[in-house]
Amino acid sequence: MSNPIQDKPNTGFWGSLKDSPSTDEFIKGLWRDNPVFVQVLGMCPTLAVSNTAINALAMGLATAFVLLMSNILVSSLRNFIPKQVRIASYILIIATFVTMTDYVIQAISVDLHKALGAFISLIVVNCLILSRAEAFASKNTVGKSVLDALGMGIGFTFALFCLGAVRELLGNGSLFGIPFFPENFQEWIVMILPAGGFFTLAIWLIIFNATKEKRATT
Amino acid sequence: MTGTDQIQTTAPGNSMKMLQAMVGIGIICALMIVLTFQGTLPIIKKKKAEALEKAIFKVLPGIEKTKTFQLDQNNNFAALEGEGQEGKVAYAGYDQDGKLVGVAVEASGQGYADIIRVLYGYDPEKQEVVGFYVLESKETPGLGDKIEKDPAFQANFSALDVSLADDQSTLKNKPVTVKNGTKENPWEIDAITGATISSRAIGEIMGASTEYWAPLIHKNKEAFGLKANENKQK
Repeated sequence: MSNPIQDKPNTGFWGSLKDSPSTDEFIKGLWRDNPVFVQVLGMCPTLAVSNTAINALAMGLATAFVLLMSNILVSSLRNFIPKQVRIASYILIIATFVTMTDYVIQAISVDLHKALGAFISLIVVNCLILSRAEAFASKNTVGKSVLDALGMGIGFTFALFCLGAVRELLGNGSLFGIPFFPENFQEWIVMILPAGGFFTLAIWLIIFNATKEKRATT
Repeated sequence: MTGTDQIQTTAPGNSMKMLQAMVGIGIICALMIVLTFQGTLPIIKKKKAEALEKAIFKVLPGIEKTKTFQLDQNNNFAALEGEGQEGKVAYAGYDQDGKLVGVAVEASGQGYADIIRVLYGYDPEKQEVVGFYVLESKETPGLGDKIEKDPAFQANFSALDVSLADDQSTLKNKPVTVKNGTKENPWEIDAITGATISSRAIGEIMGASTEYWAPLIHKNKEAFGLKANENKQK
């Protein structure tokens, strides 16, 4: 598993011949370094609010937005923030965007805000965001940080959606609230309970790692 | 992190820089939060009011308009004008002829996971609870949250008996949750299988709240009715 803390600025990007450096910043978050399936970061919201596809998408997008904005601000202030107070500054910046997101979601839909509940405020301590600020945005230009955040954010949203869709289908018999199975389908209640989150995540991790291994051997 | 070691050896000029950075970021962040808060506040307020109004229409079937009443210190109801909802409020609902259909009140109490907030409609004529809606709950998805959706459970509240005892200040029978399938009397609430604690919590919330509100509303029935007639004349 690749550890984001070990990501060094510019390592190998200029050396990689096939991709231009900027596309690589974007692509790596989607698949190779997917925050959930490969880095296994931000598990708390991943498991907790992925019980329906809508919740998972909303959570993923909210996190992606916070990640994007905090990456922009952190990388544009990277020469201004002294090393000793960097973590405190990052948390402050992240918390600001989370609070803003909280209000915006409430303004968009009261029901959605109700469903996501406490987990919106918990984006502050999502280690995915802090790790991208610390490992990437604080050492790279704004442009690269934006691409990094977009890649990671979309990767996170995608992973959450994978979990949410499966859990809603099996646990509720619907997708996006629309019934999917015939009437007599017996819901697997366990899938929308926390335990189902772990099961689904495990299955996705197996699939992900199996495909990766297969690719590595061929 | 080596942060602590470094701080001890920092030169004074450096701490000034740290202070500047933190204060600077703090001010930027505070500004952004205030702007968002101010920008979204009216929308959020509107949405919440809309959601409440929708809920009132749900718990009082057949109403056309609602009016908010506030309970004052002498236990009298007075029509509440404009904004600001402080203290205890009740929402009266009227049909198209301006006749009082019922009064909706909010109730809350401890559920299985967190505080459950509900809204229910009370009909002072029939002395019954006529509608029920969960405003806020964090009950277990798939089990406890059935209190919000389960049609059989909701049916408990289409005619829940809360008639007053002869002294007009207490209930003859306090609503109570009973085991699933054993409902016999109109004041009993049939529990949901697999969500016993949530169902019982609802029973307790409803019991405590109706015990308080039903005699009050019944006593002040005229206040709600008369106010509606005045409005009609306007």
